[in-house]
Order: sequence, then structure tokens, then C-alpha cells
Amino acid sequence: MSTVTTPTPAESGGLAPDPAVVARKGSGAKKLPIIFGVISALLAIVLLRSGHTGDTTFQLSAETDFVTLPDIVVPSMLTAWLMVLVCVALTAESVRRMLAHTPQPIWIPIAFALAWMTGFLSWAAADERIRVVSLFAGAVALAIPLIFGALGGVLGERAGVVNIAIDGQLLFGAFAAAIAASTTGSPWAGLVAAAVAGALVALVLGLFAITYLVDQVIVGVVLNVLVIGLTNFLFRQVLTPNAQTLNAPEGFNRLPIPILGEIPLVGPIFFRQTALVYVLYAVVALVAFGLYRTRWGLRVRAVGEHPKAADTVGIKVNLTRYRTILLAGAIAGMGGAYYTLVSVNQFNRELTSGAGYIALAAVIFGKWDPIRATLAALLFGFATNLGGVLSAIGSPVPTQFMLMLPYLVTIFAVAGLVGRSRPPAAVGIPYQQQ
Amino acid sequence: MRLVLRGITKRFGSVVANESISLTVEPGEIHCLLGENGAGKSTLMNVLYGLYKADEGEIELDGEVQHFTGPGDAMAAGIGMVHQHFMLIPVFTVAENVMLGNESTGFAGTLDLDASRERVTEISERFGFHVDPDALVEDLPVGVQQRVEIIKALSRDAELLVFDEPTAVLTPQETDELMEIMRQLKEAGKAIVFITHKLREVRAVADRITVIRLGKVVGEADPKASNVELASMMVGRPVELVVHKDAPTLGADALVVKDLRVVDLAGHKQVDGLSFTIRAGEVLAVAGVQGNGQTELTEALLGLQDDVSGSIVLDGIELVGRSTRKILDSGVGFIPEDRQVDGLVPQFTIAENLMLNRSFKSPFVKSGNLRIGALREFAEVKLKEYDVRARDIDSLAGNLSGGNQQKVVVARELSRDLRLLVAAQPTRGVDVGSIEFIHKQIVATRDSGIPVLVVSTELDEVVALADRIMVLYRGQVVGIVPADTPRETLGLMMTGERPKDLKDVVA
Repeated sequence: MSTVTTPTPAESGGLAPDPAVVARKGSGAKKLPIIFGVISALLAIVLLRSGHTGDTTFQLSAETDFVTLPDIVVPSMLTAWLMVLVCVALTAESVRRMLAHTPQPIWIPIAFALAWMTGFLSWAAADERIRVVSLFAGAVALAIPLIFGALGGVLGERAGVVNIAIDGQLLFGAFAAAIAASTTGSPWAGLVAAAVAGALVALVLGLFAITYLVDQVIVGVVLNVLVIGLTNFLFRQVLTPNAQTLNAPEGFNRLPIPILGEIPLVGPIFFRQTALVYVLYAVVALVAFGLYRTRWGLRVRAVGEHPKAADTVGIKVNLTRYRTILLAGAIAGMGGAYYTLVSVNQFNRELTSGAGYIALAAVIFGKWDPIRATLAALLFGFATNLGGVLSAIGSPVPTQFMLMLPYLVTIFAVAGLVGRSRPPAAVGIPYQQQ
Repeated sequence: MRLVLRGITKRFGSVVANESISLTVEPGEIHCLLGENGAGKSTLMNVLYGLYKADEGEIELDGEVQHFTGPGDAMAAGIGMVHQHFMLIPVFTVAENVMLGNESTGFAGTLDLDASRERVTEISERFGFHVDPDALVEDLPVGVQQRVEIIKALSRDAELLVFDEPTAVLTPQETDELMEIMRQLKEAGKAIVFITHKLREVRAVADRITVIRLGKVVGEADPKASNVELASMMVGRPVELVVHKDAPTLGADALVVKDLRVVDLAGHKQVDGLSFTIRAGEVLAVAGVQGNGQTELTEALLGLQDDVSGSIVLDGIELVGRSTRKILDSGVGFIPEDRQVDGLVPQFTIAENLMLNRSFKSPFVKSGNLRIGALREFAEVKLKEYDVRARDIDSLAGNLSGGNQQKVVVARELSRDLRLLVAAQPTRGVDVGSIEFIHKQIVATRDSGIPVLVVSTELDEVVALADRIMVLYRGQVVGIVPADTPRETLGLMMTGERPKDLKDVVA
């Protein structure tokens, strides 16, 4: 049976847990307190070095809200220092748990992040007004392409194909959406075209990675570069001379949902978005449900974990992989439509600026789970938006630093916080049948 | 269900793996396919299961000729297979594994897990399997994982069950339980094909035996035939199953291990306070179910473990804390348990593999350059001396059969001046002929006055080679007993129980 190339987790010793994974679990426990300590200290140093006076206003409602929540006004420095104390207390709790070898529950990092963020914002926006709603609503909007991309990544990898080509799928989707929406005048046609374009990139990936057994990481990277080159060329040769007819897409307009949109805080953040966002909600739900609760999902996961086992129960491994990667590409492609139909309303060269790679980070940070990957993408969206908001209100943090923020968050999140994570066992390994 | 194979021929390139094999299996019968590793048993079963397509011949089930295009067809026709390397998905539950490929679904393709749970429970109760449908497969012991494979086949109403080397991964107790399960299945009217190379098992359950050698059926054997008769048929020449060795000529204490502890990366104590002594010219064999600290013990001896405390003294020199290279240089020979991973570089030639443990100094390296002439000369000699069946010394190690690969490892380790030999699973996955050869080499090493530590999960091998037997359980010594201790006692000790009247022997 040596003619079949597959990972065999059950070589003679049975299905023991991967020692490398166990090892990471062992060292992961120390990471959290260390990271907490470092960034708490960072905040304290910033506060010491450059104190502010005055009050910070947290505005919780938009002016148009049906139910208006009152503004919260707090003294900047006092609140900031208070939050530093909370951070220190949480760090201490985390250290205690590390020493006692008890697990670190999820509420600790969440509470820490909230406290730190509140403290940081009180300081950065002294004498200014923080529009909490628009901070978060903007984060959701900016996270759209990342979430679509991350879902595409999760699907591909769950089926055993590394989808590095997310960026290419986003970019090609954006390009196709611009042309289709310009020529037809319908953003929905643009969205469909984006999905098709993404699937097309995925088809090429599949052809090389599944059928011709080429290294998947290399194919993915090459595809990204290829799409950049191709769209740059077409942009200059075709789109620019015909900008009015081919590169003036009809975009999605904001579409508030009647009742849900009026819920305080939640409504304006989640339900006063464009139709593309509502499509996204549906896609997230469908992917999560499909992957864990349906026959389709069971087979996709089987193919990504142990393709030979799937083969021996009559599942067509490579066909399943093709179908999944095409779907993954279509979803990622839809994310590209965000750029040309929502955000910029016209195609520009390399306008994804590497968002696909951030989406890939969200896949890993989200441990190959659609919901977690979505949350991870939201975090990156938040970091991006925070940078924009703080620059706009003229905070003392240099703009260049704010532009780095999402990438810093990515590095911290992926390297630091992802304790134990186990990718699908057969990811990146082509399946060859005798 | 009655299975008839007629003239099955399967070729891989120029290699004929099966040559015109014909076979009949009746319902309610356990039919053993006996043959050495590489004789073509698994290939034949993969043809039957639709994984390979036969070049010639036909498969007939209950009088109907079948044309399988994949495992799905074979399963639909009522063939179930328990694979040597389990075809289970470690991160899925038992119920999910059992339903995979055969899922019952509700609205819009949603999985009906309850139906699968019920099916698992029902089959599990009928045959007394005790399998929890919601357990993750990776958390189950190997023996239970195998039952999940059996449940998987039965849940698809298999009438013919193929067991491909099912006992290779089992403990003696689990093996006995499996034999009982096979008898039950036979009573239930299933036809069973049992592939193995272990004679004891064949004689325990077989109704009929077909012996395969080099891809051809060499004949049927009587289940009452003796081990020697069966082995001779399998190998094609008379073989000796007993290792002949004289009483040991014991020297001074050579290897003294005191209070050895090894902690793995996850923080678990894998070796927990081991103390033992091996004298010069003595074989101490370590028995125990796989995963009870044997791997960590041998790796600690070679300096391959990070977190080691206690002391390992070889001829007065402390080994704990020394680098692996220094330990090798102080005369420790090591046959690792997995030759594919630790023993050989498959992409290297035989000659290159023969110098792996002497890649720094003479005789093969001089001022940083390989002395290719010296290496080739050495390799030619060893190829003959150790009877490695290969085209020449430039053949890639990865292309050799298991037995010949292991001979290369043994040749490399024994061709230095040794002061200790550590042999872990020295004959795992090795054909009978090579086993005989390797055992002789180990005994010869011991007779030349070198202390030998043998680790094996095969009780037969432990008993055959040992002067004394040390039984390990969860990283601790259950007892150190004479080589003639009854198998039942050893089997009991391997589960961690120490007989009351047991006395440790000191060499």
C-alpha cells in the first residue's frame, strides 16, 4: 500500500496525539501572563511619559437613534490609570493561574482587552469625543473582506488544500465586480462576477495543487503575484481608457434593517450596513453550520484530516477537494467586491494591499474554525479602524504607528495568543491514488 | 457470502505483486492468508477492496462476477475491511467515523448523529465491544480503535470481513480478545479473511490456511500443522524458529542505571525511577505494552531526551548529560525502533547510510572530506557479510524491503567497537528469514562479551533473546525475572500486576 501518499497518523502506535502539539500546549500557558504584563507596562509608560488633562467623552449612540443613550464623560487620566490597575489585577490573576497550573479561561483575555482599550482610548482622546458606535461599525465594515477571505481559507484548509491565494481571489473578485457592476449597473451582478472570479483563481490553484501535485504554498503565492500583474496590466490597458463605462461600478448602498437597526448600540453597529454585510452574515452561518452539522461538512473535514480513510469509505477525495476549493474561492472572491462596490467604488491597482494575508492569519488565529476566524478578522478590522479614528481626532499617537496597528495585532495574535492549535492533519498534502 | 477469486494478477511496473491467485472463502469460515511481509497479501486484499484494479482475473461474490471501481462498490457488495493502519479519523468521534461515507441525513443534508450512535451501541452490545459512540477516536486505546473499524464494517452490513495484519498493534490480551471476536463473527455466519504472518494466531483460529509466497499461492496448509511446517512453507526453505544460544558467560557489571527519570515535553513522567544493571555478555530484554516508557528509556540511553535525571553509568563513565555524539563515540550501538524515521535516511544510498554514525572522523572522513573509496570498500564488505539483498551499494535505502533495511541498520551499528548495544524492536516488520539472521547477530554480540538491551513488544522475541526479562509498566519496573518465566505471568505483569510470590533475579 506504499503507493498511496498520505499521512498515516496510525503508524503502528495508534492515534497518539501529536507530540509537537502537546509541547506547544505546555509552553503556551506562560505566554498569556507575559504578554499581559508587557502591554500593561506599555500603557503605564505611555501614561507616565505624556500625561493629559481633561475629560474624555464616550458617545454611545448615533444622533439619529430612536433610543438615545446618554454620553459618558470621564476624567481622562484617572480612568486611564484605573484601567491600568484593572489590567495589572488581571495579569496577576493570570500569573496565579499559571503557577497553579489551572487553565486560563477565555474571559480573562477579553476583560483584559476591554480594560486596556478603554484606558488607552481615555488617554488618546482626552478632551475629545469617541464615537463608540462608529468605531465598531467601521470595524465591521473594514472586516468584511477579511472575513470573506478567512472563510475561504478555512474551507480550503479544512479540505486539505492550503489557500494562500486568498489575496489573489480578493483582488480578482474586486476587479471582476467593478467591471460587471459598471456594465450592468447592478451591484448584485458585480457580486456574482466577484464570486466567479474568485472561483476561477481557486480552479487554477486546484489544478496545480490537486491534480498536478505542485507545492500548494508556492502555487498560492505565485497566483497572488500573477493576479496582481494581470489586474495591473488590464487596469492600465483596458480600465483606465474606458473608466466611465468599465470602472464606474454601481455600489451597494447602506440598507438599515427596520427594527433590528433601532436596538441601542447593537443596531447601528450590525444592522445599518450594506447588503454585502448581510450576505456575509448568512455566509458565516451557512459555512459554520455546513461544516459541522451536515454530510457535506463531515466529508470535507474527513478529506482534510485523513484522505485515505475517506477514500476507503467511498468518498471521492480529489473531487471533494475541488468542489470545496471552488466554493472557498467564490466566497473569498465575494470579499473582493467590498472594495469596488462598497469602499472605493472603483478599481485601483493592488487595492487589497495584502488583506488576503491578514485573512490567512485570521484562519490560523481562528484555529481553522469559521466562527473563531470571523472573530479574529473582526479584531483586525477593529485595529484598522481604530488607527483611522485616532488619526482623525488628532491623538498624540503618530499616524505611522496607527497604520502599523493591524499588522502588529496580527503578529501578536498569531504568535502570542494562539495557544494550542492543530491544523487539519492532511493540509498541504496532495492525495494520490493508485 | 461466498467469495471466489480467480486468477488474480496485479503488476506494479515490472514487479508482479500477485500472480494468478485463486482463492475461495466460505461463509462461517475463517480463512487465513499466511505469508511473509511483502508476499503480496495486502495487495491481493486491496484488489478485492477496489483500491487497486487487477490486471487479470475476476472476483466473484455468491456466484456473481464483480467489477469494483473503488472501495465504495466493494462495501456496497458486502465487503468490510479492517485495515492494518486504521482508516479512522482521529479527531472525529466514534459515531462520526462509523457514519462517514454512509451518513443518514435529515433536512438539507444535516447529519443524523443519533441514528449513528444507536447503530454503534446496537452492534457494540451485540458483540460485547464496550465502545462509547461519543468518544474521540484519538483518545481510545489501539484495541478499541480496532473495534471501531470492525463496527464500521458491520454497520454497512458486511458479510465478508477482511482483517489485514490486525494483531500487529495489539497487546497479547487484546489479541486474545480479537480472536474471540473473530470466532463470534464466524458464528454469526460471516466469512472472514485473516491476513497475518504470525503462526501462533493462525493456528488458534484458522479453519483453512492458504500460504502465499512471492505473490503466488504455494498451497493450502492444515491448521493442525506445526509451526515449523508452516514457517517453512511461508519462507520456502527450512527455518529455525528457536534462537540457539548457550548459557551466558557473564562479566562484570557493565551498564548500571540508577533511579532514571525521563519527563517528556508535555510534562509527563514517561520513565519513573528505573534502576537496573546489565552485565557484560548478558541480554536484558525489556517487555511491556507499547507506550510504557520503552521509547523514552532507549532514547535517554542515547542522550536523545531533554529532561533526564538519575544516572546511567557505562563502564564507569556517566552518560547522563553527555551529547548523543559523545555517547555514540563511547561505544553505544543503537538499533532504533522505527528504522524509517530514526534508523535510515531513505533517500540516501546504502553506502551513505552505513556511515551515518561516523560522519565526523576516520575512517570515512578526513579533514572534512569524504573518503569515498574507503566507504565503498566498507559497504561492499558489509553488504555481503550481512546478506543485504540489494542491487548494489548505490541502491537507495528507501527502496529496500523492511528486512533488508533493518540489516543495513544492524550492519552499521555492529561494525564499530561496541561497549553496549541497545536494540529497540529489532525485528518489527521484518520477514522470518531476516529475523533469524538479526537474532543470530544479537546473540553473537552478547557472546562477544557486550551487554545488550533489547526492547520488544513481541513476547516471543523477548523470551527468545533474553537472559533476564525486565517488565515495564507506566515507566516503572514491575519486575526483573528469569527468561523461562511463563508467558501468562509475563502477560499479567505487562498489565502492571506483580504476582505475590515473584522474586527479582539479580544477574
